[in-house]
Amino acid sequence: MTTYLVKRFLMLIPLMIGITLITFTVIHLAPGEPVEMQMAMNPKVGKEARERLTKFYGLDKPLHEQYFTWVGHIVRLDLGRSFSSDGRPVVDKIKERLPVTISLNIIALLIEFGLAIPIGILAATRRDTWLDKGITVFVFVGFAVPTFWLALLLMYFFGVKLGWLPISGLHTLGSDSWGTGRYLWDLATHLIMPIMVASFGSLAGLSRYMRSAMLNVISQDYITTARAKGLSERVVIWKHALRNALLPLITLLGFSIPGLIGGSVIFETIFAIPGMGQLFYQGVMSRDYPVVMGILVIGAFLTLIGNLIADLCYAFADPRIRHGEG
Amino acid sequence: MLSLIHAFGMGKGRVMEFRHTYFYSIFWPRLRRNRLALIGGSVVLALFVVSLLAPVIAPFDPSAINAYQVLSPPTWQHWFGTDELGRDVLSRVLYGSRVSLKVGFVAVGIAVSIGTVIGLVAGYFSGLVDATLMRAVDVMLCFPAFFLILAIITFLEPSIWYIMMVIGLTGWMGVARLVRAETLSIREMDYILAARCIGCSNSRIIFRHILPNAVSPVLVSATLGIAGAILTESALSFLGIGVQPPTPSWGNILTSGKDYIEFAWWLSLFPGLAILVTVLSYNLLGEGIRDALDPRVKR
Repeated sequence: MTTYLVKRFLMLIPLMIGITLITFTVIHLAPGEPVEMQMAMNPKVGKEARERLTKFYGLDKPLHEQYFTWVGHIVRLDLGRSFSSDGRPVVDKIKERLPVTISLNIIALLIEFGLAIPIGILAATRRDTWLDKGITVFVFVGFAVPTFWLALLLMYFFGVKLGWLPISGLHTLGSDSWGTGRYLWDLATHLIMPIMVASFGSLAGLSRYMRSAMLNVISQDYITTARAKGLSERVVIWKHALRNALLPLITLLGFSIPGLIGGSVIFETIFAIPGMGQLFYQGVMSRDYPVVMGILVIGAFLTLIGNLIADLCYAFADPRIRHGEG
Repeated sequence: MLSLIHAFGMGKGRVMEFRHTYFYSIFWPRLRRNRLALIGGSVVLALFVVSLLAPVIAPFDPSAINAYQVLSPPTWQHWFGTDELGRDVLSRVLYGSRVSLKVGFVAVGIAVSIGTVIGLVAGYFSGLVDATLMRAVDVMLCFPAFFLILAIITFLEPSIWYIMMVIGLTGWMGVARLVRAETLSIREMDYILAARCIGCSNSRIIFRHILPNAVSPVLVSATLGIAGAILTESALSFLGIGVQPPTPSWGNILTSGKDYIEFAWWLSLFPGLAILVTVLSYNLLGEGIRDALDPRVKR
């Protein structure tokens, strides 16, 4: 276990270096110096801002020195200042938005897994029945639905046509002065549609994965043994098979994180939720490079951490790794 | 037998004949029995025809503005209604299929080429080369793909060519892993040893002997990748960073759908359905090809 942990943590180093290298490449992808580009496209950036940037990126130095200067800033969590009129540090901007995005994504993840596991088990245990076929159809359609379109449809039905749910933001104007209960209820109604959209994205894939993991486990000898000794089907599936079928799902949890973070751009933009995705989108639209690059790095590191947590959970859940030397 | 013919380059014709027979006697009958894959494949073909013949089929000029029929709901004249400038939505959706098709194929072409070469090189040379390339794959996978695409697009002028390039450049990792795994097992086969014995160069072994045998799983991920690229393009265009108006794309029609959601449901419904049906068809076809290629699936 210790060896495994050490190995796993050592693996982070090349990945982190890689992340900074790619981000650095993206910054320098544009022809000409980034500062020149910023000046050309965003005339609002003043002379003072320009000097600040030149200094920040060390643009008067050779490329490798620029890279190390930049990494030095990143390590100290100094992502520069936003180009927008407030000119605030990017880190502060991200800090304010991050909790919204993370909590939304965690709720979405819980709902996804909470639905996908029983759906996958149902499909696997009732293989080739109409239920399984129905779920397969749902999965295929789910794969193909563009999430932003789903968001539009939901907005139309629940927001416009029925008028049940608010279609943008997190709070109703003036909700600050309401009592706690009413405030929370208001927040919850604002969250229903965004979370539906966020969790729908990977629900199809997860259920499909759960189904095949379950089918895989069910065909193994120890399940036949469990059945042969007369255990009820319920115990066989939910007690013996489920635990092993869930193992690969933990890895999938790690894989689904970049998708979730990336997807937040779409649903936060559509539902006007003040999270990191919306900040990113605004940064892209106003060519606010420090914000864009900052979120790109932070997004990648979040994925890295997510993958690490998933791997650690896996190591902890799988006795073959927990007790093994490897 | 095949491997021998292959390694000694005896009669290219016979190898081709073998593949030909494989296609007609195993692959095609299996694919044909899969009804869903056939439906998917037919829709894909139909989409080709539609995008080729868009100028002939479309009832109106997709950019003809009609101030007298702004935001008209579906009628006999305008089946899918009209948009905020009075343009015919059906014609715009038909023309939009051209964008999707182009983006899907070019982006996946780029992704598959990069992924295949990297996978082949990593799998064949192994050791340090393999480790380095595979770490590069891991690093690329750390970036939320949509973030990376958006960030790169920020630095470039929005154009369909950049969109295709960027989607391709950020989507090759799956293919690379797949091809590497195939290459690792093919590399150990006798016919590769034979090829090396008769003095084939590394590049000849890789591209002449390994590549043809490693590509079939790529076919599946390419088909599914087209669906993914179409989805990504539509999302980018929807956000206003992809295909720019007045060129109609399914994504940018949906942008006005969002702006007029309170008055015009048809602006949102039809382009979205077009995306759904297209992506679904490519996915069904891809899964069908997977099953037909998989020797373990018996039907």
